[in-house]
Amino acid sequence: MSLAKRIIPCLDVDNGRVVKGTQFVDIRDAGDPVEVARRYDEEGADELVFLDITASSDDRDTIIHVVEDVAAQVFIPLTVGGGIRKTDDVRRMLNAGADKVAINTAAIFDPEIVKDASDHFGSQAIVVAIDAKQVDFSDQPRWEIFTHGGRKETGIDAVEWARKMELLGAGEILLTSMDQDGVKNGFDLALTRSVVDAVGIPVIASGGVGNLQHLADGVTVAGADAVLAASIFHFGEYSVGEAKEFMRRQNIVVRD
Amino acid sequence: MTRIAILDYGMGNLRSVQKAFEHVAREQEIVVTGDADVVKAADRVVFPGQGAIGGCMRLLDESGLRESLLDAMKNKPFLGICLGLQALFEHSEEGGGVDMLGVMPGRVRHFSSLGVAVKGLKIPHMGWNQVRRTRRHPLWRKIDQNSWFYFVHSYFVDADNPDDIAGTTRYGEDFVSAAGRDNVFAVQFHPEKSQHAGLQLLKNFTLWDGECQLG
Repeated sequence: MSLAKRIIPCLDVDNGRVVKGTQFVDIRDAGDPVEVARRYDEEGADELVFLDITASSDDRDTIIHVVEDVAAQVFIPLTVGGGIRKTDDVRRMLNAGADKVAINTAAIFDPEIVKDASDHFGSQAIVVAIDAKQVDFSDQPRWEIFTHGGRKETGIDAVEWARKMELLGAGEILLTSMDQDGVKNGFDLALTRSVVDAVGIPVIASGGVGNLQHLADGVTVAGADAVLAASIFHFGEYSVGEAKEFMRRQNIVVRD
Repeated sequence: MTRIAILDYGMGNLRSVQKAFEHVAREQEIVVTGDADVVKAADRVVFPGQGAIGGCMRLLDESGLRESLLDAMKNKPFLGICLGLQALFEHSEEGGGVDMLGVMPGRVRHFSSLGVAVKGLKIPHMGWNQVRRTRRHPLWRKIDQNSWFYFVHSYFVDADNPDDIAGTTRYGEDFVSAAGRDNVFAVQFHPEKSQHAGLQLLKNFTLWDGECQLG
């Protein structure tokens, strides 16, 4: 009996629709966030992350309705990220039914938002999302934070940043390797291990999953508390259930 | 139509609890309320709680709902969730020490107080963990031994009376994840976020007459 490692499918939502082409054969509307969320829930997903990638701020309210609809039908923890600028955005997401809100770029412009939001809503509700790229490839590697989908450097050391976010009240780190994201070569295990060792809060590994061994490595090699993937689940390559069975065979504790 | 009152004393967002009850009890009325009269008239009462216990106790007093709560605990099916479990005990060491409702003897301690036993365990205890039923109870109906539930907490209940314990969970060492006495039942985990097992527990509560005898 012990705490399970979590498997978290991530849904990119653009203007209220799931994008990246979900291909569940038995789903009527693969773009409907509620249908996709229910499917992952049935497969045994431990949590869901919704990433709002809506470009226009005018359309931002659509994600609120998505969260409301999903939260009325899916009874596992929900995290929402993307476009969170201020504490009031956090409040609106939580009121809509999110359990946690991921803050990314806003924390870089104003780290106090993390403190403010965790003071208001509790650390358990605040996830800080970190997008990191390797900048030093020597035997003492370093990673820095990049914004705007990896295009814009900030000069901030990713590991130090994670530590700072924990001190400000973050309850969890969602760590994405921008080098690995979309490449399907697996997580950046050295980056993940560095952050896991630096903080006392849970770390979700993200970016680069192409097969089930990658998920397992995130836990066994890098020490992540949870592993996040999008495309391998979206495109029906693997189900969450298969991922769990695979991890269980490697003696990783997962929820039945 | 029977009515379930979810106690709203200003302690955060109750939407998830409400939605989960609506999902399992379509034939019952679910009300989120801070009105003592509504609580008094309700058939069943739910006492949720999240955040800091000091704030929880203060808000209970400020909202004037402490008496309603204690009243409901005397004779109605009553379900405490998360802080709604911890608050039933006598004292919490959170925030320099907080006196609580004292319905059951025992204290609430921080996971770090387990010392070496939990070296390497992260605090809060957040995620899915198993609950071992330590006795039969109507609220455990159709829930398997060692079912998984979703937890988020840094403090845990250390109950003095073994008879009050209904379930335990291991994190570093065993702690009380469910307690019950007469018509009162309370859980440390979040049934509203615990998928099938959690919804089953909520459904069991909506059907519970408050007796502990199994029919």
